[in-house]
Amino acid sequence: MAERARPYMNPYVAGTILGIVLFLAFFITGTGLGASGGLNRALVYAQNIISPEHIDQVPYLLKMAGGSTNPLDNWIVYLTAGTLLGGFLSGLYGRRVKVETNKGPGIGNGTRWVLAFIGGGLMGYGARLARGCTSGQALSGGAVLSVGSWAFMFAVFAGAYALAYFLRKVWN
Amino acid sequence: MTIFPLPLTELLGQQGSYFVYLLIGMAFGATLETAGFGNSKKLAAQFYFKDLTVFKVMFTAIIVAMTLIFLSSAFGLLDYNLVWVPPTYLWPGIVGGLIMGVGFIVGGFCPGTSLVGAVTGKIDAVFFVLGVLFGIFLFGETVSSFAVFFESSFMGRFTLPELFGVDYGVVVLGVLAMALFCFWGAEKIEAAIGGESAQKAPRLAVPGAAFLVALGVVTLLAGQPTNADRWNMIEAEQSVLLEQRAVQIEPAELLGLVHDTLIRAVMIDVRDERHYNLFHIHDARLVPMERLVETAEQLMQEPPNTVFVVMSNDEARATEAWKVLKAESLPNVYILEGGVNNWIRTYGEETFLRDRYVMNRADDTPAYRFELAIGSRHPAAEPGSHDEDEFEPKVKLEQKRAPTSGGCG
Repeated sequence: MAERARPYMNPYVAGTILGIVLFLAFFITGTGLGASGGLNRALVYAQNIISPEHIDQVPYLLKMAGGSTNPLDNWIVYLTAGTLLGGFLSGLYGRRVKVETNKGPGIGNGTRWVLAFIGGGLMGYGARLARGCTSGQALSGGAVLSVGSWAFMFAVFAGAYALAYFLRKVWN
Repeated sequence: MTIFPLPLTELLGQQGSYFVYLLIGMAFGATLETAGFGNSKKLAAQFYFKDLTVFKVMFTAIIVAMTLIFLSSAFGLLDYNLVWVPPTYLWPGIVGGLIMGVGFIVGGFCPGTSLVGAVTGKIDAVFFVLGVLFGIFLFGETVSSFAVFFESSFMGRFTLPELFGVDYGVVVLGVLAMALFCFWGAEKIEAAIGGESAQKAPRLAVPGAAFLVALGVVTLLAGQPTNADRWNMIEAEQSVLLEQRAVQIEPAELLGLVHDTLIRAVMIDVRDERHYNLFHIHDARLVPMERLVETAEQLMQEPPNTVFVVMSNDEARATEAWKVLKAESLPNVYILEGGVNNWIRTYGEETFLRDRYVMNRADDTPAYRFELAIGSRHPAAEPGSHDEDEFEPKVKLEQKRAPTSGGCG
Protein backbone atom coordinates (compact mmCIF):
# COMPACT_ATOMS: atom_id res chain seq x y z
CA MET A 1 0.00 0.00 0.00
CA ALA A 2 1.26 3.43 -0.90
CA GLU A 3 0.47 5.24 2.29
CA ARG A 4 1.66 4.03 5.65
CA ALA A 5 -0.76 2.61 8.17
CA ARG A 6 -2.04 5.00 10.79
CA PRO A 7 -0.73 4.27 14.29
CA TYR A 8 -2.89 2.43 16.79
CA MET A 9 -4.86 4.48 19.25
CA ASN A 10 -3.47 5.13 22.70
CA PRO A 11 -4.53 2.22 24.94
CA TYR A 12 -6.16 4.44 27.59
CA VAL A 13 -8.14 6.35 24.96
CA ALA A 14 -9.15 3.10 23.24
CA GLY A 15 -10.05 1.62 26.62
CA THR A 16 -12.22 4.62 27.49
CA ILE A 17 -14.08 4.37 24.18
CA LEU A 18 -14.47 0.60 24.62
CA GLY A 19 -15.78 1.24 28.14
CA ILE A 20 -18.36 3.70 26.82
CA VAL A 21 -19.43 1.21 24.13
CA LEU A 22 -19.75 -1.48 26.80
CA PHE A 23 -21.72 0.84 29.06
CA LEU A 24 -24.08 1.79 26.21
CA ALA A 25 -24.60 -1.89 25.42
CA PHE A 26 -25.67 -2.51 29.03
CA PHE A 27 -27.60 0.75 29.27
CA ILE A 28 -29.63 0.27 26.11
CA THR A 29 -30.03 -3.49 25.88
CA GLY A 30 -29.32 -4.78 29.37
CA THR A 31 -26.57 -7.08 28.19
CA GLY A 32 -22.87 -6.77 27.50
CA LEU A 33 -20.61 -7.72 24.62
CA GLY A 34 -19.50 -11.12 23.40
CA ALA A 35 -17.86 -12.92 20.55
CA SER A 36 -17.67 -16.67 21.08
CA GLY A 37 -21.46 -16.99 21.27
CA GLY A 38 -21.83 -15.74 17.71
CA LEU A 39 -19.17 -18.16 16.44
CA ASN A 40 -20.81 -20.95 18.38
CA ARG A 41 -24.18 -20.36 16.74
CA ALA A 42 -22.67 -20.06 13.27
CA LEU A 43 -21.03 -23.43 13.83
CA VAL A 44 -24.20 -25.04 15.14
CA TYR A 45 -26.03 -23.65 12.10
CA ALA A 46 -23.57 -25.47 9.82
CA GLN A 47 -23.80 -28.66 11.89
CA ASN A 48 -27.57 -28.49 11.70
CA ILE A 49 -27.43 -28.45 7.89
CA ILE A 50 -25.03 -31.39 7.73
CA SER A 51 -26.56 -33.57 10.39
CA PRO A 52 -29.81 -32.36 12.03
CA GLU A 53 -30.37 -35.77 13.70
CA HIS A 54 -27.13 -35.39 15.56
CA ILE A 55 -28.15 -31.96 16.93
CA ASP A 56 -31.39 -33.42 18.22
CA GLN A 57 -29.48 -35.99 20.28
CA VAL A 58 -26.99 -33.73 22.05
CA PRO A 59 -28.65 -31.74 24.84
CA TYR A 60 -26.10 -28.93 24.66
CA LEU A 61 -26.78 -28.36 20.95
CA LEU A 62 -30.48 -29.04 21.27
CA LYS A 63 -31.01 -25.79 23.15
CA MET A 64 -29.73 -23.75 20.22
CA ALA A 65 -30.92 -25.67 17.19
CA GLY A 66 -33.27 -28.47 18.25
CA GLY A 67 -36.23 -29.14 15.95
CA SER A 68 -37.15 -26.02 14.02
CA THR A 69 -35.17 -23.58 16.19
CA ASN A 70 -32.88 -21.44 14.06
CA PRO A 71 -29.55 -20.98 15.86
CA LEU A 72 -28.95 -17.72 13.99
CA ASP A 73 -32.14 -16.14 15.30
CA ASN A 74 -30.36 -14.56 18.26
CA TRP A 75 -29.04 -11.11 19.06
CA ILE A 76 -25.48 -12.35 19.65
CA VAL A 77 -25.21 -13.36 15.98
CA TYR A 78 -25.89 -9.76 14.93
CA LEU A 79 -23.44 -8.44 17.48
CA THR A 80 -20.74 -10.71 16.04
CA ALA A 81 -21.61 -9.70 12.46
CA GLY A 82 -21.28 -6.07 13.59
CA THR A 83 -17.89 -6.80 15.16
CA LEU A 84 -16.60 -8.16 11.86
CA LEU A 85 -17.99 -5.22 9.89
CA GLY A 86 -16.77 -2.61 12.37
CA GLY A 87 -13.31 -4.17 12.53
CA PHE A 88 -13.05 -4.18 8.75
CA LEU A 89 -14.18 -0.56 8.32
CA SER A 90 -11.81 0.57 11.05
CA GLY A 91 -8.99 -1.37 9.39
CA LEU A 92 -9.76 0.29 6.04
CA TYR A 93 -9.78 3.72 7.63
CA GLY A 94 -6.49 3.04 9.41
CA ARG A 95 -4.98 1.54 6.21
CA ARG A 96 -4.22 -1.60 8.17
CA VAL A 97 -6.06 -4.11 5.99
CA LYS A 98 -3.22 -6.19 4.68
CA VAL A 99 -2.81 -9.90 4.03
CA GLU A 100 0.01 -10.95 6.32
CA THR A 101 1.00 -13.30 9.11
CA ASN A 102 2.10 -11.78 12.38
CA LYS A 103 4.65 -13.91 14.20
CA GLY A 104 7.85 -13.89 16.16
CA PRO A 105 11.07 -13.82 14.11
CA GLY A 106 12.15 -17.31 15.19
CA ILE A 107 9.40 -19.35 13.53
CA GLY A 108 8.05 -19.85 10.03
CA ASN A 109 4.55 -19.12 8.73
CA GLY A 110 3.56 -22.78 8.83
CA THR A 111 4.46 -23.13 12.52
CA ARG A 112 2.62 -19.93 13.32
CA TRP A 113 -0.53 -21.16 11.57
CA VAL A 114 -0.46 -24.51 13.34
CA LEU A 115 0.01 -22.82 16.70
CA ALA A 116 -2.78 -20.34 15.91
CA PHE A 117 -5.10 -23.24 15.14
CA ILE A 118 -4.16 -25.10 18.34
CA GLY A 119 -4.45 -21.94 20.43
CA GLY A 120 -7.81 -21.19 18.85
CA GLY A 121 -8.97 -24.70 19.65
CA LEU A 122 -8.01 -24.29 23.30
CA MET A 123 -9.68 -20.88 23.37
CA GLY A 124 -12.89 -22.19 21.85
CA TYR A 125 -13.02 -25.16 24.20
CA GLY A 126 -12.18 -23.08 27.27
CA ALA A 127 -14.66 -20.38 26.32
CA ARG A 128 -17.54 -22.84 26.23
CA LEU A 129 -16.45 -24.43 29.49
CA ALA A 130 -16.21 -21.02 31.19
CA ARG A 131 -19.50 -19.94 29.56
CA GLY A 132 -17.89 -16.95 27.97
CA CYS A 133 -14.83 -15.53 26.37
CA THR A 134 -12.66 -12.56 27.16
CA SER A 135 -15.38 -10.17 25.97
CA GLY A 136 -18.43 -11.87 27.41
CA GLN A 137 -17.04 -12.95 30.76
CA ALA A 138 -14.01 -10.83 31.61
CA LEU A 139 -15.04 -7.53 30.06
CA SER A 140 -18.83 -7.57 30.46
CA GLY A 141 -19.02 -9.64 33.63
CA GLY A 142 -16.12 -7.70 35.14
CA ALA A 143 -17.88 -4.38 34.61
CA VAL A 144 -21.05 -5.56 36.37
CA LEU A 145 -18.92 -7.04 39.20
CA SER A 146 -19.80 -10.72 38.79
CA VAL A 147 -17.70 -12.87 41.15
CA GLY A 148 -17.30 -15.66 38.60
CA SER A 149 -16.15 -13.24 35.92
CA TRP A 150 -13.40 -11.82 38.11
CA ALA A 151 -12.19 -15.31 39.07
CA PHE A 152 -12.23 -16.20 35.37
CA MET A 153 -10.23 -13.09 34.44
CA PHE A 154 -7.45 -13.90 36.89
CA ALA A 155 -7.42 -17.49 35.63
CA VAL A 156 -6.90 -16.34 32.02
CA PHE A 157 -3.97 -14.12 32.94
CA ALA A 158 -2.55 -16.84 35.20
CA GLY A 159 -2.76 -19.45 32.45
CA ALA A 160 -1.10 -17.19 29.91
CA TYR A 161 1.68 -15.98 32.17
CA ALA A 162 2.37 -19.50 33.44
CA LEU A 163 3.09 -20.70 29.93
CA ALA A 164 4.60 -17.52 28.48
CA TYR A 165 8.15 -18.45 29.47
CA PHE A 166 8.07 -21.74 27.57
CA LEU A 167 6.81 -20.06 24.43
CA ARG A 168 9.22 -17.13 24.46
CA LYS A 169 10.98 -18.43 21.34
CA VAL A 170 7.69 -18.30 19.46
CA TRP A 171 7.04 -14.63 20.11
CA ASN A 172 10.45 -13.02 20.58
CA MET B 1 -39.91 4.25 36.58
CA THR B 2 -36.42 3.54 35.34
CA ILE B 3 -36.43 3.60 31.56
CA PHE B 4 -33.21 1.74 30.87
CA PRO B 5 -32.47 -0.91 29.71
CA LEU B 6 -35.00 -0.39 26.93
CA PRO B 7 -37.55 -3.06 26.04
CA LEU B 8 -35.98 -3.26 22.59
CA THR B 9 -38.12 -5.97 21.03
CA GLU B 10 -41.27 -4.20 22.17
CA LEU B 11 -40.10 -0.84 20.81
CA LEU B 12 -38.47 -1.83 17.56
CA GLY B 13 -39.60 -5.37 16.86
CA GLN B 14 -37.27 -8.31 16.44
CA GLN B 15 -35.53 -6.94 13.34
CA GLY B 16 -35.12 -3.48 14.80
CA SER B 17 -33.55 -4.84 17.97
CA TYR B 18 -31.13 -6.92 15.90
CA PHE B 19 -30.12 -3.75 14.07
CA VAL B 20 -29.23 -2.11 17.39
CA TYR B 21 -27.03 -5.11 18.26
CA LEU B 22 -25.39 -4.82 14.85
CA LEU B 23 -24.50 -1.18 15.55
CA ILE B 24 -23.13 -2.02 19.01
CA GLY B 25 -21.09 -4.82 17.45
CA MET B 26 -19.66 -2.41 14.88
CA ALA B 27 -18.56 0.00 17.57
CA PHE B 28 -17.02 -2.93 19.45
CA GLY B 29 -15.14 -4.24 16.41
CA ALA B 30 -13.90 -0.81 15.39
CA THR B 31 -12.59 -0.09 18.89
CA LEU B 32 -10.76 -3.42 19.12
CA GLU B 33 -9.18 -2.80 15.73
CA THR B 34 -8.00 0.76 16.44
CA ALA B 35 -6.53 -0.41 19.75
CA GLY B 36 -4.30 -2.78 17.79
CA PHE B 37 -6.03 -5.98 18.84
CA GLY B 38 -6.02 -7.34 15.29
CA ASN B 39 -2.29 -7.87 15.63
CA SER B 40 -1.26 -11.04 17.48
CA LYS B 41 2.26 -9.80 18.18
CA LYS B 42 0.90 -6.81 20.04
CA LEU B 43 -1.45 -9.06 22.02
CA ALA B 44 1.23 -11.59 22.94
CA ALA B 45 3.70 -8.89 23.96
CA GLN B 46 1.46 -8.41 27.00
CA PHE B 47 2.79 -11.63 28.46
CA TYR B 48 6.43 -10.64 28.08
CA PHE B 49 5.88 -7.31 29.87
CA LYS B 50 6.96 -5.38 26.79
CA ASP B 51 3.69 -3.82 25.79
CA LEU B 52 0.84 -3.92 28.28
CA THR B 53 -1.79 -2.64 25.83
CA VAL B 54 -4.13 -5.59 26.41
CA PHE B 55 -4.19 -5.03 30.13
CA LYS B 56 -4.55 -1.26 29.82
CA VAL B 57 -7.36 -1.31 27.27
CA MET B 58 -9.26 -4.04 29.08
CA PHE B 59 -9.06 -2.52 32.53
CA THR B 60 -9.75 1.00 31.33
CA ALA B 61 -12.86 -0.33 29.58
CA ILE B 62 -13.95 -2.26 32.67
CA ILE B 63 -13.57 0.66 35.09
CA VAL B 64 -15.21 3.18 32.74
CA ALA B 65 -18.19 0.91 32.07
CA MET B 66 -18.45 -0.15 35.73
CA THR B 67 -18.45 3.43 37.03
CA LEU B 68 -21.06 4.57 34.49
CA ILE B 69 -23.28 1.53 35.17
CA PHE B 70 -23.38 1.99 38.93
CA LEU B 71 -23.58 5.77 38.69
CA SER B 72 -26.64 5.59 36.44
CA SER B 73 -28.11 2.90 38.67
CA ALA B 74 -27.60 5.08 41.76
CA PHE B 75 -29.61 7.86 40.12
CA GLY B 76 -32.40 5.53 39.04
CA LEU B 77 -31.66 5.78 35.30
CA LEU B 78 -30.62 2.18 34.82
CA ASP B 79 -32.29 -0.82 36.44
CA TYR B 80 -29.41 -3.01 37.63
CA ASN B 81 -31.82 -5.89 38.30
CA LEU B 82 -32.54 -6.03 34.57
CA VAL B 83 -28.86 -5.99 33.64
CA TRP B 84 -27.43 -9.36 32.70
CA VAL B 85 -24.82 -10.42 35.24
CA PRO B 86 -23.06 -13.64 34.12
CA PRO B 87 -24.00 -16.27 36.70
CA THR B 88 -21.10 -17.69 38.66
CA TYR B 89 -20.07 -21.29 38.03
CA LEU B 90 -16.83 -20.92 39.92
CA TRP B 91 -14.73 -23.97 39.01
CA PRO B 92 -15.79 -24.46 35.39
CA GLY B 93 -15.03 -20.72 35.00
CA ILE B 94 -11.57 -21.01 36.52
CA VAL B 95 -10.59 -24.16 34.61
CA GLY B 96 -12.00 -22.71 31.39
CA GLY B 97 -10.08 -19.49 32.09
CA LEU B 98 -6.80 -21.36 32.55
CA ILE B 99 -7.31 -23.26 29.29
CA MET B 100 -8.08 -19.97 27.56
CA GLY B 101 -4.97 -18.36 29.01
CA VAL B 102 -2.90 -21.15 27.52
CA GLY B 103 -4.76 -20.76 24.23
CA PHE B 104 -4.06 -17.05 24.32
CA ILE B 105 -0.30 -17.40 24.57
CA VAL B 106 -0.15 -20.30 22.10
CA GLY B 107 -2.47 -18.78 19.53
CA GLY B 108 -1.97 -15.08 20.10
CA PHE B 109 -5.62 -14.02 20.08
CA CYS B 110 -8.85 -14.29 21.98
CA PRO B 111 -12.12 -14.96 20.11
CA GLY B 112 -13.15 -11.28 19.78
CA THR B 113 -9.75 -10.04 18.67
CA SER B 114 -9.27 -12.90 16.20
CA LEU B 115 -12.42 -11.75 14.42
CA VAL B 116 -11.04 -8.26 13.78
CA GLY B 117 -7.67 -9.81 12.91
CA ALA B 118 -9.27 -12.11 10.34
CA VAL B 119 -11.26 -9.36 8.60
CA THR B 120 -8.18 -7.17 8.35
CA GLY B 121 -6.31 -9.87 6.45
CA LYS B 122 -4.22 -11.53 9.16
CA ILE B 123 -3.79 -15.14 8.07
CA ASP B 124 -2.79 -16.29 11.55
CA ALA B 125 -6.13 -14.89 12.80
CA VAL B 126 -8.02 -16.86 10.17
CA PHE B 127 -6.35 -20.06 11.41
CA PHE B 128 -7.15 -19.04 14.96
CA VAL B 129 -10.86 -18.53 14.14
CA LEU B 130 -10.92 -21.97 12.50
CA GLY B 131 -9.33 -23.35 15.66
CA VAL B 132 -11.97 -21.66 17.83
CA LEU B 133 -14.72 -23.22 15.75
CA PHE B 134 -13.05 -26.61 16.08
CA GLY B 135 -12.72 -26.16 19.86
CA ILE B 136 -16.36 -25.21 20.18
CA PHE B 137 -17.31 -28.22 18.07
CA LEU B 138 -15.22 -30.48 20.28
CA PHE B 139 -16.83 -29.04 23.39
CA GLY B 140 -20.33 -29.69 22.09
CA GLU B 141 -19.38 -33.30 21.44
CA THR B 142 -17.67 -33.94 24.77
CA VAL B 143 -19.57 -31.85 27.33
CA SER B 144 -21.97 -34.68 28.17
CA SER B 145 -19.06 -36.75 29.52
CA PHE B 146 -18.37 -34.20 32.26
CA ALA B 147 -21.80 -32.59 32.62
CA VAL B 148 -21.60 -32.81 36.42
CA PHE B 149 -18.47 -30.67 36.53
CA PHE B 150 -19.87 -28.27 33.93
CA GLU B 151 -22.89 -27.58 36.14
CA SER B 152 -20.95 -27.56 39.43
CA SER B 153 -20.25 -24.75 41.93
CA PHE B 154 -23.22 -22.75 40.68
CA MET B 155 -23.75 -19.60 42.73
CA GLY B 156 -26.27 -17.78 40.56
CA ARG B 157 -26.13 -14.04 40.16
CA PHE B 158 -23.37 -13.37 42.64
CA THR B 159 -21.55 -10.03 42.78
CA LEU B 160 -18.38 -8.83 44.48
CA PRO B 161 -20.27 -6.46 46.84
CA GLU B 162 -22.37 -9.45 47.97
CA LEU B 163 -19.20 -11.50 48.45
CA PHE B 164 -17.54 -8.84 50.60
CA GLY B 165 -20.75 -7.64 52.22
CA VAL B 166 -20.18 -3.98 51.37
CA ASP B 167 -21.94 -1.31 49.29
CA TYR B 168 -21.58 -1.29 45.54
CA GLY B 169 -19.98 2.15 45.76
CA VAL B 170 -17.21 0.78 47.98
CA VAL B 171 -16.34 -1.95 45.47
CA VAL B 172 -16.48 0.55 42.59
CA LEU B 173 -13.97 2.78 44.38
CA GLY B 174 -11.85 -0.22 45.36
CA VAL B 175 -11.66 -1.49 41.78
CA LEU B 176 -10.85 2.03 40.56
CA ALA B 177 -8.02 2.35 43.08
CA MET B 178 -6.64 -1.07 42.17
CA ALA B 179 -6.79 -0.39 38.41
CA LEU B 180 -5.14 3.03 38.69
CA PHE B 181 -2.37 1.58 40.81
CA CYS B 182 -1.84 -1.18 38.23
CA PHE B 183 -1.74 1.38 35.39
CA TRP B 184 0.96 3.26 37.24
CA GLY B 185 2.86 0.00 37.67
CA ALA B 186 2.31 -0.94 34.02
CA GLU B 187 3.91 2.32 32.86
CA LYS B 188 6.96 1.65 35.07
CA ILE B 189 7.31 -1.91 33.78
CA GLU B 190 6.97 -0.88 30.14
CA ALA B 191 9.55 1.84 30.58
CA ALA B 192 11.96 -0.63 32.18
CA ILE B 193 11.49 -3.60 29.82
CA GLY B 194 9.83 -2.38 26.64
CA GLY B 195 11.91 0.75 26.24
CA GLU B 196 10.79 2.91 23.35
CA SER B 197 8.12 0.58 22.06
CA ALA B 198 5.75 1.66 24.80
CA GLN B 199 3.30 4.41 24.04
CA LYS B 200 3.21 7.38 26.35
CA ALA B 201 0.14 7.98 28.47
CA PRO B 202 -1.97 10.81 27.05
CA ARG B 203 -1.84 14.20 28.70
CA LEU B 204 -5.42 13.80 29.87
CA ALA B 205 -4.67 10.57 31.74
CA VAL B 206 -4.35 12.12 35.19
CA PRO B 207 -7.37 14.46 34.96
CA GLY B 208 -9.32 11.62 33.35
CA ALA B 209 -8.49 9.27 36.23
CA ALA B 210 -9.39 11.99 38.75
CA PHE B 211 -12.74 12.52 37.01
CA LEU B 212 -13.48 8.79 37.12
CA VAL B 213 -12.65 8.63 40.82
CA ALA B 214 -14.91 11.65 41.42
CA LEU B 215 -17.75 9.80 39.68
CA GLY B 216 -16.97 6.79 41.87
CA VAL B 217 -17.25 8.93 44.99
CA VAL B 218 -20.60 10.32 43.80
CA THR B 219 -21.76 6.72 43.20
CA LEU B 220 -20.77 5.77 46.75
CA LEU B 221 -22.41 8.83 48.33
CA ALA B 222 -25.63 8.48 46.33
CA GLY B 223 -25.85 4.76 47.15
CA GLN B 224 -27.71 2.14 45.16
CA PRO B 225 -31.51 2.39 45.39
CA THR B 226 -33.06 0.27 48.16
CA ASN B 227 -36.25 -1.66 47.67
CA ALA B 228 -38.21 1.27 49.18
CA ASP B 229 -36.53 3.73 46.78
CA ARG B 230 -37.32 1.46 43.88
CA TRP B 231 -40.99 1.29 44.94
CA ASN B 232 -41.17 5.10 45.18
CA MET B 233 -39.99 5.33 41.58
CA ILE B 234 -42.85 3.17 40.30
CA GLU B 235 -45.53 3.93 42.91
CA ALA B 236 -47.54 6.40 40.79
CA GLU B 237 -48.26 3.97 37.97
CA GLN B 238 -48.38 0.77 40.02
CA SER B 239 -50.75 1.88 42.79
CA VAL B 240 -53.35 2.62 40.10
CA LEU B 241 -53.28 -1.08 39.19
CA LEU B 242 -53.84 -1.98 42.83
CA GLU B 243 -56.80 0.40 43.13
CA GLN B 244 -58.36 -0.80 39.88
CA ARG B 245 -57.87 -4.34 41.16
CA ALA B 246 -56.14 -5.21 37.92
CA VAL B 247 -53.59 -7.49 39.58
CA GLN B 248 -55.78 -9.34 42.06
CA ILE B 249 -56.70 -12.65 40.44
CA GLU B 250 -59.58 -14.85 41.54
CA PRO B 251 -58.90 -18.34 42.93
CA ALA B 252 -60.42 -19.82 39.77
CA GLU B 253 -57.90 -18.02 37.61
CA LEU B 254 -55.02 -19.22 39.80
CA LEU B 255 -56.32 -22.79 39.61
CA GLY B 256 -56.50 -22.41 35.84
CA LEU B 257 -52.86 -21.28 35.77
CA VAL B 258 -51.78 -24.21 37.95
CA HIS B 259 -53.40 -26.64 35.54
CA ASP B 260 -52.18 -24.80 32.41
CA THR B 261 -49.32 -26.82 30.94
CA LEU B 262 -47.94 -23.83 29.04
CA ILE B 263 -47.62 -21.63 32.12
CA ARG B 264 -45.45 -22.01 35.18
CA ALA B 265 -47.39 -20.79 38.18
CA VAL B 266 -45.11 -19.99 41.13
CA MET B 267 -47.12 -19.43 44.31
CA ILE B 268 -45.50 -17.40 47.05
CA ASP B 269 -47.07 -17.69 50.47
CA VAL B 270 -45.99 -14.84 52.75
CA ARG B 271 -48.00 -15.79 55.86
CA ASP B 272 -46.51 -16.77 59.21
CA GLU B 273 -45.01 -20.22 59.23
CA ARG B 274 -47.61 -21.55 61.70
CA HIS B 275 -50.44 -20.59 59.35
CA TYR B 276 -48.58 -22.14 56.44
CA ASN B 277 -48.14 -25.37 58.39
CA LEU B 278 -51.84 -25.54 59.22
CA PHE B 279 -52.88 -25.17 55.60
CA HIS B 280 -51.36 -24.08 52.33
CA ILE B 281 -52.12 -24.51 48.65
CA HIS B 282 -50.27 -27.45 47.14
CA ASP B 283 -46.87 -26.33 45.74
CA ALA B 284 -47.04 -22.88 47.35
CA ARG B 285 -43.63 -21.76 48.68
CA LEU B 286 -43.32 -20.24 52.12
CA VAL B 287 -41.33 -17.01 51.86
CA PRO B 288 -41.07 -14.75 54.92
CA MET B 289 -41.46 -11.02 54.15
CA GLU B 290 -37.89 -10.23 55.22
CA ARG B 291 -36.50 -12.71 52.70
CA LEU B 292 -38.53 -11.46 49.74
CA VAL B 293 -35.85 -9.25 48.21
CA GLU B 294 -33.24 -12.00 48.05
CA THR B 295 -35.86 -14.48 46.85
CA ALA B 296 -36.80 -12.04 44.07
CA GLU B 297 -33.24 -12.26 42.80
CA GLN B 298 -33.62 -16.02 42.31
CA LEU B 299 -37.10 -15.67 40.89
CA MET B 300 -35.72 -13.36 38.18
CA GLN B 301 -34.01 -16.44 36.72
CA GLU B 302 -37.30 -18.27 36.13
CA PRO B 303 -38.26 -18.79 32.47
CA PRO B 304 -40.36 -16.10 30.74
CA ASN B 305 -43.61 -18.11 30.88
CA THR B 306 -43.70 -17.88 34.68
CA VAL B 307 -46.52 -16.16 36.58
CA PHE B 308 -45.89 -15.30 40.23
CA VAL B 309 -48.85 -15.21 42.61
CA VAL B 310 -48.41 -13.90 46.15
CA MET B 311 -50.86 -14.70 48.90
CA SER B 312 -51.54 -14.04 52.56
CA ASN B 313 -54.60 -14.88 54.70
CA ASP B 314 -56.55 -11.96 53.26
CA GLU B 315 -54.78 -9.39 51.11
CA ALA B 316 -52.95 -6.84 53.27
CA ARG B 317 -49.60 -8.60 53.61
CA ALA B 318 -49.76 -10.04 50.09
CA THR B 319 -50.20 -6.49 48.76
CA GLU B 320 -47.06 -5.38 50.62
CA ALA B 321 -45.21 -8.39 49.21
CA TRP B 322 -46.46 -7.55 45.73
CA LYS B 323 -44.99 -4.05 46.08
CA VAL B 324 -41.63 -5.47 47.12
CA LEU B 325 -41.50 -7.86 44.17
CA LYS B 326 -42.69 -5.22 41.68
CA ALA B 327 -40.04 -2.84 42.99
CA GLU B 328 -37.42 -5.52 42.28
CA SER B 329 -38.63 -5.51 38.62
CA LEU B 330 -39.95 -9.07 38.75
CA PRO B 331 -42.30 -9.52 35.76
CA ASN B 332 -45.82 -11.04 35.90
CA VAL B 333 -46.59 -10.73 39.62
CA TYR B 334 -50.19 -11.05 40.84
CA ILE B 335 -52.05 -11.22 44.15
CA LEU B 336 -54.49 -13.98 45.08
CA GLU B 337 -57.78 -12.13 45.55
CA GLY B 338 -59.11 -12.57 49.06
CA GLY B 339 -56.02 -14.60 49.92
CA VAL B 340 -55.92 -18.13 51.26
CA ASN B 341 -59.20 -17.52 53.11
CA ASN B 342 -60.97 -16.88 49.82
CA TRP B 343 -59.32 -19.97 48.32
CA ILE B 344 -60.65 -22.17 51.13
CA ARG B 345 -64.06 -20.51 50.79
CA THR B 346 -64.04 -21.38 47.07
CA TYR B 347 -62.73 -24.93 47.23
CA GLY B 348 -63.56 -26.13 50.78
CA GLU B 349 -66.45 -28.45 51.63
CA GLU B 350 -69.66 -26.87 52.88
CA THR B 351 -69.62 -28.57 56.29
CA PHE B 352 -66.00 -27.60 56.87
CA LEU B 353 -66.72 -23.99 55.93
CA ARG B 354 -69.73 -23.86 58.25
CA ASP B 355 -68.16 -25.59 61.28
CA ARG B 356 -64.71 -24.02 61.21
CA TYR B 357 -65.55 -20.41 60.43
CA VAL B 358 -63.88 -17.93 62.80
CA MET B 359 -66.11 -15.04 63.85
CA ASN B 360 -64.78 -11.58 64.75
CA ARG B 361 -61.25 -12.04 63.55
CA ALA B 362 -58.66 -9.36 62.80
CA ASP B 363 -57.73 -8.49 59.22
CA ASP B 364 -55.34 -10.86 57.43
CA THR B 365 -55.74 -13.69 59.95
CA PRO B 366 -57.08 -17.19 59.13
CA ALA B 367 -60.86 -17.30 58.62
CA TYR B 368 -61.03 -21.05 59.20
CA ARG B 369 -59.82 -23.13 62.10
CA PHE B 370 -57.54 -26.11 61.48
CA GLU B 371 -56.98 -28.45 64.39
CA LEU B 372 -53.93 -30.18 62.97
CA ALA B 373 -51.02 -28.86 60.94
CA ILE B 374 -51.90 -30.74 57.78
CA GLY B 375 -50.25 -28.35 55.32
CA SER B 376 -51.28 -29.26 51.81
CA ARG B 377 -52.87 -32.61 52.72
CA HIS B 378 -56.29 -30.95 52.97
CA PRO B 379 -58.62 -31.61 50.01
CA ALA B 380 -58.96 -27.88 49.34
CA ALA B 381 -55.18 -27.59 48.91
CA GLU B 382 -55.16 -29.40 45.60
CA PRO B 383 -58.46 -29.20 43.77
CA GLY B 384 -58.68 -30.78 40.31
CA SER B 385 -59.23 -28.50 37.36
CA HIS B 386 -62.56 -26.68 37.38
CA ASP B 387 -62.84 -25.65 33.76
CA GLU B 388 -66.44 -24.61 34.13
CA ASP B 389 -65.67 -21.93 36.75
CA GLU B 390 -66.10 -18.41 35.50
CA PHE B 391 -63.73 -15.60 36.34
CA GLU B 392 -62.58 -12.28 34.99
CA PRO B 393 -59.15 -13.02 33.42
CA LYS B 394 -56.45 -10.56 34.46
CA VAL B 395 -53.12 -12.28 33.84
CA LYS B 396 -51.34 -10.89 30.80
CA LEU B 397 -47.84 -12.23 30.20
CA GLU B 398 -45.39 -9.41 29.71
CA GLN B 399 -42.14 -9.88 27.88
CA LYS B 400 -38.90 -9.69 29.78
CA ARG B 401 -37.11 -6.46 29.03
CA ALA B 402 -33.57 -7.72 29.02
CA PRO B 403 -32.06 -10.77 27.33
CA THR B 404 -31.84 -13.82 29.53
CA SER B 405 -28.45 -14.89 28.27
CA GLY B 406 -25.07 -13.28 28.09
CA GLY B 407 -22.83 -12.42 25.20
CA CYS B 408 -21.49 -15.90 24.90
CA GLY B 409 -24.72 -17.90 25.22
